Amino acid sequence: MTKPVLRVQDLAVTFTSETGGIFRRKERQLRAVDGISFELHAGETLGVVGESGSGKSTLARAILGLIQPNRGRVQWMGEDLTGLEEEDLRQKRKQLQIVFQDPVASLNPRMTAGDIIAEPLWTFYPNMERLQVDERTRGMMKMVGLLPNQINRYPHEFSGGQCQRIGIARSLVLNPRLLICDEPVSALDVSIQAQIINLMKSLQRKLGLALIFVAHDLSVVRHISDRVMVMYMGQALEVSAKTALYRRPLHPYSNALMKSVAIPDPKLARALRQESWLTGDMPSPYQRPKGCIFHTRCPYRVKRCEADLPALRRMESGDWVACHRAEDLDLSI
Amino acid sequence: MPLLLEVSDLEVRFDTPEGVVKAVNGMSFQLTEGETLAIVGESGSGKSQLVMAIMGLLAENGSASGRAEFRGRDLMQMTPKELNGIRGRHIAMIFQDPMTSLNPFLTIEKQMIEVVMHHQRLSRDEARAHAIEMLRAVRIPDPEERIRQYPHEYSGGMRQRVMIAMGLLCEPELLIADEPTTALDVTIQAQITELVGQLRKQTRMAIILITHDLAAVAEISDRIIVMYAGEAVEIGSAEDIFYRPQHPYTQGLLASVPRLDRVSDDELQAIPGNPPNLLELPSGCRFRDRCSQAMEECLQRPPLWVSDDGRKSRCFLPMEGGRITHEDRPNEDAA
Repeated sequence: MTKPVLRVQDLAVTFTSETGGIFRRKERQLRAVDGISFELHAGETLGVVGESGSGKSTLARAILGLIQPNRGRVQWMGEDLTGLEEEDLRQKRKQLQIVFQDPVASLNPRMTAGDIIAEPLWTFYPNMERLQVDERTRGMMKMVGLLPNQINRYPHEFSGGQCQRIGIARSLVLNPRLLICDEPVSALDVSIQAQIINLMKSLQRKLGLALIFVAHDLSVVRHISDRVMVMYMGQALEVSAKTALYRRPLHPYSNALMKSVAIPDPKLARALRQESWLTGDMPSPYQRPKGCIFHTRCPYRVKRCEADLPALRRMESGDWVACHRAEDLDLSI
Repeated sequence: MPLLLEVSDLEVRFDTPEGVVKAVNGMSFQLTEGETLAIVGESGSGKSQLVMAIMGLLAENGSASGRAEFRGRDLMQMTPKELNGIRGRHIAMIFQDPMTSLNPFLTIEKQMIEVVMHHQRLSRDEARAHAIEMLRAVRIPDPEERIRQYPHEYSGGMRQRVMIAMGLLCEPELLIADEPTTALDVTIQAQITELVGQLRKQTRMAIILITHDLAAVAEISDRIIVMYAGEAVEIGSAEDIFYRPQHPYTQGLLASVPRLDRVSDDELQAIPGNPPNLLELPSGCRFRDRCSQAMEECLQRPPLWVSDDGRKSRCFLPMEGGRITHEDRPNEDAA
């Protein structure tokens, strides 16, 4: 197997906030990302799923250095990004790009589509010829399914789906090797989501991109990913090949997530309703459970889960799971 | 089952700087007691404005015409005072974002008791006991304690439960829920769906669910209306819509979503193009620009097919077991 392009080791991000009155000021810490490790190869797609507050977006930003991690390493092509100076990191960003969730809010309303897409070229290649920039911009527009003659239009003249295409064109204009997508379709209408997912999949294949696809929608993630990481309260509970995860998840939380997804089939949905799923809510991030982080909601918990934190370990299949009972549970769907 | 709500020829218009937008173009449907009806559509389909018009809650620049008879009384003709007597008491409505619909400065107790005391003339203690009972019904743990807390002390899923509990306080005959699970995580969505499913079985309350997500209502609806660009394109039972969709838009919606219960690495069958701008609607069928089966005829307004069991489809393609209605006079098009 080739060497991974991205290697994330024990990455952690902690946010500190102040609480209490004026005279009893206390600091409290929120572990948003708590020791995440994984590898990613060129042309591979890693899906990251989890509920809100699971730390998936923070992880995406920490990998790019948009948020400073407190611990751990992010190695890109063998080079550690976490130790880089601002300017060196900025240069690396040519290769590492991100697409955001809200396509309309993430575009500058006063810039034309062409300027939005070309802006990274101006910053990184200030000496590039005007004509060349224009040509490249039009080429990008065509590639993402926009009409090059829309180059002088403003974001408000485009629909949500088209704005997301502009965002994708901008993120690809520098020829990156890694693209991180943070919920790229969740703000779009259902009929448009499929267009964007198809586009991302074909672009990834065409350009050989390494892709990290962060989303809460498990059906979408399955469709686009090779491997999937399931996050909960900042930790990875499972990292499995897509086919394995969706057929026989190793972690009870992955299983519960999958059983919660609404199925567009009335009879099947009613039949599956017999199964019990997760009760309760995610605990407060300030009061993290001891032992396994998921044990307060886990239907399979045993004594050990309340005391010992299970490590993320590799199973025979090559998939990774953090559960004491992974061997003796059969969670086949 | 007796008829509860009958909406006929409802139109909603908005005066905007760019011109008059017809958000809802002649909707008609019926709802019987105890029935759960889902209204499904994308943004701009008019699904929310339809119920806002029925509830008398349109924005200032909006106006509505048509009829919406609730137990034989036309809601559209009621004075604000009469409507206030209906809203909350007979028809309750819950919204997408539970945080913004709850007052952050008041305890849950205060917010719940006000509604009951206003509508049912109960004493404070009685109202409080009733509120606790409702919180228990929506499975808020430890309701006697939690009722004294403020909204921010509740999680998102619990806030939506509180909204449902508030909606149920006066035992309304109709509960309207506008995207009740959209802002919630999947695991919490499943809990709320299950809760609504139980209410549906245990009470005789009718429910209107408004959503953009067909899958979310598969399990809990009796009938479904699919809306597109201000019109109903298809109406049918949940089984009809999911297993035998007639309108190409419904078919397209069902085919375009990736599904967990089916394995496929193929390209998703996306619906091409974008939903139309309501100010520049195409002539004839509003979906024709995006329709894979569009024909010459689609430049004209499509007919409405109706079957004996109340199934409807607005399309030139013939509907299984349906006939063209002649009551449906071609509406003048907004274009």
